[in-house]
Amino acid sequence: MLNVAIVGTGNVGSDLLLKVIASPHLNCGMFAGRRAGSPGIVMAEDHDVTTSVDGIDAILESVDSFDLIFDATSAADAKRHWAMLEPLGASMVDLTPANLGKLCVPALDLEECVDERYVGMVTCGGQAAVPMAHCISNASSGLNYIEIVSTSAALSVGPATRANMDEYVVTTQRATHEFCDVQEAKTMLVINPSEPGSVMRNTIAVPISESVDMDELLLTTAAMEERIRSYVPGYRMIVPPVATSDRILLTIEVEGRGDWLPPYAGNLDIITCAAVALAEKKAEANQ
Amino acid sequence: MTAQPRVTISDLTLRDGNHAISHQLGAEDIRLYSRAAERACIDVVEVGHGNGLGASSLQVGRAALSDTEMLTAARGELRESRLGVLSIPGFSTVERDLKPALECGVDEVRVGTHCTEADVTRQQIMLLREMDVVVKGILMMSHMASTEKLLEQALLMQGYGAHAVILMDSAGAYTSEDVHERISTLVDGLEMEVGFHAHNNLGLAVANSLVAIEAGATIVDVTARGFGPGAGNTPLELVAANLHAGNVTTNLKLLEAMDAADLADETFIKNVPTNDSVTIASGIAGVFSGFASHARRAGERFGVDPREILFELGRRGVVAGQEDTIVEVALSLAAKPAEDASDATTSTN
Repeated sequence: MLNVAIVGTGNVGSDLLLKVIASPHLNCGMFAGRRAGSPGIVMAEDHDVTTSVDGIDAILESVDSFDLIFDATSAADAKRHWAMLEPLGASMVDLTPANLGKLCVPALDLEECVDERYVGMVTCGGQAAVPMAHCISNASSGLNYIEIVSTSAALSVGPATRANMDEYVVTTQRATHEFCDVQEAKTMLVINPSEPGSVMRNTIAVPISESVDMDELLLTTAAMEERIRSYVPGYRMIVPPVATSDRILLTIEVEGRGDWLPPYAGNLDIITCAAVALAEKKAEANQ
Repeated sequence: MTAQPRVTISDLTLRDGNHAISHQLGAEDIRLYSRAAERACIDVVEVGHGNGLGASSLQVGRAALSDTEMLTAARGELRESRLGVLSIPGFSTVERDLKPALECGVDEVRVGTHCTEADVTRQQIMLLREMDVVVKGILMMSHMASTEKLLEQALLMQGYGAHAVILMDSAGAYTSEDVHERISTLVDGLEMEVGFHAHNNLGLAVANSLVAIEAGATIVDVTARGFGPGAGNTPLELVAANLHAGNVTTNLKLLEAMDAADLADETFIKNVPTNDSVTIASGIAGVFSGFASHARRAGERFGVDPREILFELGRRGVVAGQEDTIVEVALSLAAKPAEDASDATTSTN
């Protein structure tokens, strides 16, 4: 059992807390934000989780009691937090796009991340799309160009994400380069305001001029879909690899479990479930 | 003594027009047209990929030239006319796209987003203000929000430091009453300038632009011959003629504006935008004008009526940038008639 702390009590932090509570291998010893009476803090108190509105200071006070600190604030704050935590020997799993070190996409490199003290969880779009980008890369002998477009419901994209649009793009592109053999990777993020919210969607595409083994791709993407469904049950390929006049593309939809926000907000689950998968792996290694 | 121009003319031929030819404008096209625009005393010449900086992609189309190649070509020809760009956060980033563009000598930046998501423009608007760049906010697809919501979103942009807000009828879905109500509400409620950007899906681009000016808009977006996505934009030469006839003061030179439009027509405009069943359906559905050409291609490839694709996209409330949805919708519609046909067969048996 790992004793963890969460800093950041917005949409990502709150959804993460509910997943930590549900995990038999994790205990949340501190849920720290900045605003008393915020919906996240109220929810945590209802679950008898220790809360604080002193942010990172609450965690620094008893840093030695936490095996792991999840950061669900903003890229700028996460940078500041790691600068304080690193000299203290703490371990951090970063759910912001601060992009400070090792990046983890559980379906691709979970084992390599277990012993890292800092691990970045890329971005929600990265968690959803990079495994499929990796499949396309493997079904070719090196790509010139790949592109990821993610669309999330406006109601699920909180103020920190909105202030971190650039960091989101840069970090997702870095992860695409790390897990694919590609010359140029591009990421785009779209916010859709429809109500009720539209389900998180990701399209991964390469130009039709790339030589991709479509038979292999159909098999490997279906297998990857299964693998990711083991930790995010609502992950599904709604458009399997298909060739259009100018590109080869596939589309993923991610429905969440509806823990904190309704199921359309799969962008929360895809990153919180990935962070929990990493933490549970660390717990297992600790035993 | 010359009167202060009442209306600023923003010419988007070399940006929004790029949609109409799949973003294939060449450097010589840009040079020639910029020179003509300068002669016509157009206030702002906006240049780039149809979706702005950093948008060249499979999703919305890959451009023939890089952003900096396009901007450099225009910069060399513009002196009095200002060089503008569009930047949509999520497509363009500060380091990769905006800073290199500013280094090319861009005079003003429009930071745009879907009409209900103004807070994503905060980072870029504030940064540009700090750098002393003229910055205008863009509310895209503005028919999808109420007048009150639009005012609230424009106030956010004003708070970040924007010099103006431009309301875009990106789908060409507004009636003239819609335009009057929205523009006059914004003009009354804001301290910054208000502009209007029309599309011609319902045949009202010129009329709606004039209504916007009547309602107090001081910036109007035009393109040569209406060169733009789908049914096109507001033709520069027709706005010039109407403003001339109505004695509305601008910096424009009427004959030179007509010359610029003729030049565009003779060089890079392959087909002057017109209304057909697909662009009209697009306007009725309230779908981003740029989707029409993608819907035509997907319709042809997957054997589906492009109008049905557009109507379904409208029902789903998709916004600009969600072009990937088109293929999914086309595939799902393609799967449907087969079922219907088999049902029909069963019932007649």
